[in-house]
Formats: sequence, C-alpha cells, structure tokens
Amino acid sequence: MSTTLEDYAAPNPISRNRSGIIGRAVDRYEGPLKVTGTAPYAYEVATPAPPIYGVVIGAEIATGRVSGVDDAAARASPGVHLVWHAFDPPSGQAETGARSYVGSQAAAKPVFATPDIAFFGQPVAFVAADTLENAQAAADLIRVRYEATPGEFVFDPAKAEPVPNDEARTGDFEAAFERAPVQLDLTYTTPIQNHCQMEPCATTAWWEGDELVVHTSVQMLKPPQHLLAETLQIHRSKVRVLSRYIGGGFGGKGSTYEDLELAALAARDLQAPVKIALTRQQMFLATVHRPATVQRVRLGADRAGRLSAFALQATTHCAKHSPFIERAANFSRALYAAPNRLTGHFLQRVDFPVASAMRAPGEASGMLSLECAMDELAELLGLDPIELRIRNEPDAHPETGAPHSARQLVECMTDGAKRFGWDKRNPRPGQVRNGEWLVGMGMAAAIRGNFLLPAKAAIRVESDGRVIVRQGMTDIGTGSYTIIAQITAETMGVPLEQVVVEIGDSGFAPAPGSGGQFGAASAGSAVYETGMVMRKTLAGMAAGDPASPLYGAPVEEIDFRDGLITASNKSETLASLVSRLAPAGVEVEGDSMPVAASRSFSQHAYGAHFVEVGVNIVSGEVRLRRMLGAFACGRILNAKTARSQITGGMIWGVGAALSESNAIDPRYGSLINQDLGGYLAPVHADIVDLDAYFLPEVDDKANPLGIKGVGEVGICGAGAAVANAVYNACGARIRDYPITPDKVLPFLPELV
Amino acid sequence: MATPPAGAPSVSIRLTVNGTSRALDLDVRTTLLDALRERLNLKGAKKGCDHGQCGACTVLVNGLRINACLSLAVMHDGDEVTTIEGIGLPDNLAPLQRAFLDRDAFQCGYCTPGQICSAAGLLDEAVRGWPSAATGDLTAPVTLTDAEIRERMSGNICRCSAYPQILDAIRDVAGPAS
Repeated sequence: MSTTLEDYAAPNPISRNRSGIIGRAVDRYEGPLKVTGTAPYAYEVATPAPPIYGVVIGAEIATGRVSGVDDAAARASPGVHLVWHAFDPPSGQAETGARSYVGSQAAAKPVFATPDIAFFGQPVAFVAADTLENAQAAADLIRVRYEATPGEFVFDPAKAEPVPNDEARTGDFEAAFERAPVQLDLTYTTPIQNHCQMEPCATTAWWEGDELVVHTSVQMLKPPQHLLAETLQIHRSKVRVLSRYIGGGFGGKGSTYEDLELAALAARDLQAPVKIALTRQQMFLATVHRPATVQRVRLGADRAGRLSAFALQATTHCAKHSPFIERAANFSRALYAAPNRLTGHFLQRVDFPVASAMRAPGEASGMLSLECAMDELAELLGLDPIELRIRNEPDAHPETGAPHSARQLVECMTDGAKRFGWDKRNPRPGQVRNGEWLVGMGMAAAIRGNFLLPAKAAIRVESDGRVIVRQGMTDIGTGSYTIIAQITAETMGVPLEQVVVEIGDSGFAPAPGSGGQFGAASAGSAVYETGMVMRKTLAGMAAGDPASPLYGAPVEEIDFRDGLITASNKSETLASLVSRLAPAGVEVEGDSMPVAASRSFSQHAYGAHFVEVGVNIVSGEVRLRRMLGAFACGRILNAKTARSQITGGMIWGVGAALSESNAIDPRYGSLINQDLGGYLAPVHADIVDLDAYFLPEVDDKANPLGIKGVGEVGICGAGAAVANAVYNACGARIRDYPITPDKVLPFLPELV
Repeated sequence: MATPPAGAPSVSIRLTVNGTSRALDLDVRTTLLDALRERLNLKGAKKGCDHGQCGACTVLVNGLRINACLSLAVMHDGDEVTTIEGIGLPDNLAPLQRAFLDRDAFQCGYCTPGQICSAAGLLDEAVRGWPSAATGDLTAPVTLTDAEIRERMSGNICRCSAYPQILDAIRDVAGPAS
C-alpha cells in the first residue's frame, strides 16, 4: 500500500502501462447495455414479485403546517394499498436525527414525522397502489389542508450574514486596493440552477426475510444504507443498497429524498416490492438546486497588470432548515497571485427549497465572476487576457505558499490559444460582422480542486482466469466501470476482456462514490492497491508450489503480463495457477488511504476555454459558433470518457452563460420553472463545433495513479469564456447571468 | 394476457412490438410508455419528464418517432411499435448503437435509447424528404447537414451533454453531408 509520496511517484504497473490499456479510448464497459436500453436503472430492476407503485404528494405552500388531510376518497379508490401523511405516518420509524452509533454516516430521517412544512414541494403525503395509474388517481383525490404562515421568499443580500470562520485575508487588501493605479469594483449575479438529471430519483425496495434490498439512484451508497438502518431501526448489515446504473447525478443525487425511505417502509408494511419515482416537477422542488449568488469582485493592479489587491466576496442563500454554503470564492484563493487578498462568503437563510451541491459547487458560480472581471481588467489595460493571466501566475499557492503539485494553467492557455486561432481575435469589441451576426471571441481559465478519499476494493481471480473486481463505487455516467476495468487489467497484466467489474452495491468493499470529481482517483487508487495485493498473493502461491513452473522464483521478481504470471523465462496463466491451488478462486481486499504529505501541495485540475459566439443584431440572441477547451488533469485513464466528461462540463458552462435560470416566486416560495420547457438546459441545436483535449501530464503528488479529476473542471470558467466572447462580439458586458437577448439588445447598434 | 386491476375501465388492444404481436387488456389511462415499461417489461424507453419535454421516451410507431409518454396506449390498437430493444440488443448491435458506443455518445445512458430511436426516425424522415426548421429549400431533397441533424435531434435532451459525440455517431451512420 502506498504510504508515502515516494510510493506515489515510484514506477508501478499503471505508470509503466506496458499493455497500453491506461489512457486508451476504450469503449464504455457497460456501453452495450446502455445503447440497447437493457441496463436496469433503479425503477426498472426485476422484482421478486409484482411491484406496488408509490406516488409522492408535495406541499402546496412553503411555510406553515398541514392542518388536516382528507384521504377517505383516496383510500376507497381502486387498487389502493396504503395512504400515509403526518396524521397517519408509517410506523416503526426512529425519531428525527437519531443515531444508533457514533460512526453512522446518516441520522434517522423519518417521513411525515411532523405536519410542519419547511419548503414548497416538501413531501406531505404518499399513496401506494397496485398500478401506477391507480396510485396517481388516488393521489389526485387526496386533499391536504394547510395553515400557512408568512415566509421569507426573497433572496436579499442585504440580509445575509457573514459565514463564521470563513473570511480569508492575506496582507492588507483595503489599503492596497486604495493605492492601486487601476481599480475595478464589479458585481456579478448568478441565478438558481437545477441539475436536471435525465433520470428522476427513484427507488425500488423489497424485503428478503429481515434484510432490506433497495435499488436506488444515488451517487454514494453508505449514506442511504445508514439512513435506512437508522430510520427503520434495523442494523445496517440488514440493509443492502444497490445503484448499478444511475441516470445522471451532478451532485443532486449526493443527497437522498423521500422515495428512499417510503419505498423501504411501504415494502415492509405491504410485504411486497414497492417502487417510487419522483416526477420531473418534484425533481425541481423536492430535491436540491444550486443557489443564486451575488459576487463582488475587486481587482487592484498596476499599469502592467500585476494584481496588488484581489477580493472576491460571494453572497448566497440556503434553506432555513438545511444549511449549505455555495463557496463561490474558494477557488480564487489558489488562482492568481496578488499580495493583498480578501475572500469570503455571506449567507442568507430563507424559506426556499433545499440548496446543495451541483457540478463544481463553488467554482461553477464563482468563475462566472472573476474570469469576466479579469477580461474587463485586460481590456482596461490594453492587455491580451491571456497575457494578463500569465502576469499573475503564482509560483506557489498565493495564500498558503504550498508548492503546486502539477500546474499547467499557462500551458493550457497558450497551447489552447494556438489551436483555437486566438491570434485572429480583434481585441476591440463589435468589429467583426457576418451578415446579421456580430462575431466575437472570449477565453477564460479553469481551475478545480483535486481530492482523494479513503477507499477499499476487492479483487477475485477465478479458476478460469477471470479477474473480478468488486467495489461499493458508483458510475453516474462518469465512466467508473470502464476505468476500474482498465486499472485492474493493467495492474494484473490481463487483457480487458478478462476483467469483470461489479460496482453499485453497499455490500462490496466501500468506496466514497461519485462527487467532487474525487471518484476516479479515490476508487481507482483502491483498485490499483488491491491489484498489487493480489499480485503478491498469487506470486507467493506460485513460488511456493512445486507444480508451478515458477516454483522457487524470488517473489519480487515475479511479474504479471499478457495474461501470464512470469519469472525469467517461465510462466503460467492465472487460470492454471488458481485452478490448481485454489479452485474456488482467490480473493483479496485492499485499500487506499490518502498520504498526508500529499495535502501539503496545492492540487488542482486546470484548463482554458476558448469560445467564439455570434450575437444576432436583430434579436440579441447569442449563438455558440465554436468552443475549444485545453486541459491538464494529470494522467488520463481513458481518452474517450475523459474527453466526454470535459465536453459535457463545457456545455453546462454554455447553459449557465446563456439560458439556465430559475427563480423563487416571491409570493409563494416555489420555483418558477418546474419543468424542462421552462428551465432551459442546452439542447443539440445550441451546441456547435465544441471539443476539448488534454495536455500530457502526470501528477505524482496526487495519488499512485498520477491522475486528477475531470468531472467538474470542464464547467469551471466555461460560462465566463462565453460571456467574454459576447462582449468581444458586441460590447455588451452582461454581469447578470444568464445572458439572454433582453439584456443584450440595449447594447446593439441601431438598426436603420 | 395480463389482467387489469379491479375498478379501472379497460380496453383490449393488440400491438405489434418489435415484430411480435402482443395482446393487452389495458387501463385506459395507461400511456404507451407505461404500457411498454410496466406491462410489456420493455424498460428501454425511459421516463425522464412524462410530459413530452425531454425525449427520453422516444419510440417509433409505424416507423415515425413519437414521445411515448404523450400518447395513451389505447390509441395504438393495431400499431407497430419499435423500441430500442427492437433496434438491437447487446450481442447484435445495430449500426446506430455501434456508432453511439464507438463515439462515446452517452454517459449516464438514460436518454440514450430515446436519442437512438430519434436518430433512427430522423434518418428515415430525411429519406422521405421531410423538411425541418433548419431546411433552406423546402422542396429540394433533404441534405443532412450538421445543422439539420442538430435541429432534428433537439427534442432529445442529454443532460450529460454528449451532443458533439451524438452528432458524430449519427454522422457515422448517415454518411457525409455532401
């Protein structure tokens, strides 16, 4: 097991990559199932008996309480098995917040434990019936009566409080800003955004004796397992949570919702499988969203563009009952050099639905401000935006002084600029016209923190030579299945076809799941370490077995390659070794623990976005014309899936810049957009000529694989590059996202 | 033949699904999507929004693509329905499915069956000469330019945003635009 930074950097099967599987553009492991619709998502798994269908009913007020529920008609409706609400809740639930032991990763979250309502859309009733149609019809018959109380339904930054123990200061920002020959003081706003995973949250649950089996759509397996154990007051070993195929997560399935508990509870009561899916509208209201921000950026620089004073302060909101801070300023602590610095967050707690993590929480919002402010500063100084950033490139972390692990931000900007044709940009806005389109280019930097969490894995070699890797990991579309197969194959020296990957089961060796772009590094490192344990185990078996051609070979000289276990010129297959000595198979567990010294490096994934847009002079509509991202994210495990992660993130940035927006209705506290017709995520026609590529890199301070996360860095800065291109195209500096035609039109030339 | 639950008005219909004739006794409220998923155990067509805004439920009915969530099953007595399972299965991928795999034209995979059914529909619509909002000359044969493909696929949302890869995959099957 790797215990030092030297272990990370030492040559290993992944860095040697003798078969070339690491980095190769391998097809997705589970791809054939997904392209044929035969991968069963949570609502689709085969049940041991016909399922009962559950429907959740959400609150129609945001604050107050349920005063009564008229449920007689629903109970009498055909096919109805049960109706639950605060006045007739499921039995056998623990008290809210109960924990049976200290290490539990979740507290009890009983459903309908109180008639109190904390947000619009909060589940207040549940119906289960023999068919979906009967359940929906019965749900329509339920009349919930409310006593509403006044709520706070307006995000008002003036009412926000500083986040405790959060503000970071270096030097004397105020004094330095005051003295700076060039000053910018700008405010940017970003709206509420929604994850819009294509698969709504869903759970199918049944009991096998006293064991609860739950298929659900989540990014992490342990928290729901523990939440169910605590809530249902059973031991966690009796709860098996499976999430084998997940129709998108993006942070929104890092939390769980009432479909989870209700399915388990109803299955217990009804002694039958129960399945529940949230509706699309409930996905907006009753899950989580990225909160709005108001960000103040202050830049103080000399005439050469060197920053002397830098501040980013972000104000955001969260639900009163569910604390969350969108840390939109954090990324900037590591991005640009400036001796005098101020960053911090302010929070208003309001009666909104729940705010939580959405793809690149912090960076995705924060880079929409700073990366545009840098563009504004570049223009003020008559500098190229890339040159301005190069002049402020820090030698080490600008606040902690920690050395960089691997930082190729400048290379991303300069190499990307060449490939994109940045030199053809006219720095003066509004100069390039193509018919009724004004055309412009913009760029922005990308940075996203890199993390490593503890993880375990199990590898089993069967007597037929198949290598089966099992891990309590998830694949939310990120490519976990595929890179786990690649790491296993290269570590064990076997072809990919010999590897079987089984993940998405809480019964397997635990991994942290998918989120914060830590998944591949954390889970992958554990798979690699476990592979090394298996190599040692098999080598010992071969060297000690007189029937093996490797008998007596020094264990440290035994190698694994081409499907063989070899020493000098002798070899045998894994199948022959295992079938002879352990016909039932050989299984080992291994784990990966982050090396503490690794955190003494400033570790991030980096990139640079380049965008060309057209702005229609008649309508003010902004259309993407082309977009290129250059990224440096450590070693790339799979050229194909990594590129897809990045381009997907970039397209999220396009959406954030141009169309994605939600808002709270100040009268009712509900979200105004509750469907995919009102909330405008990008579609095919919005995305033109968009690509990304990676610079060669190995980050040997990050983990034994030398990799960094790619799931989130793609969105970071992407929207700012679009906004900067809009400015370059037509001179409209829109600091209030998204950049919709109504905001652009006043800046456009008069039409004669 | 499956029996509907007590109390619900039902209608008997016959569908030809992926080439096989299927008799169904259906609650009249059942959408085509739920009939396929919950009654015929064809889970390939996905429910992403249940009201025609995402395209994940796209199937072909008598060769034309529709949102199965917006159509009641009883309206389809005698119709031929093709779902993703009818286009190809893992051991026998159709060219579009192979191209989606090759091009990594999906990530989470939930919109993918709808994307592929929609792509199959659009290839046929182009052959029939049906114009789209991106078509210049409404009377000329349709050339599947990139803009045409993007326009015609815009009813299928991919939140993982595999749009560039999906275009490449469809292009692989459609052939060059010129």
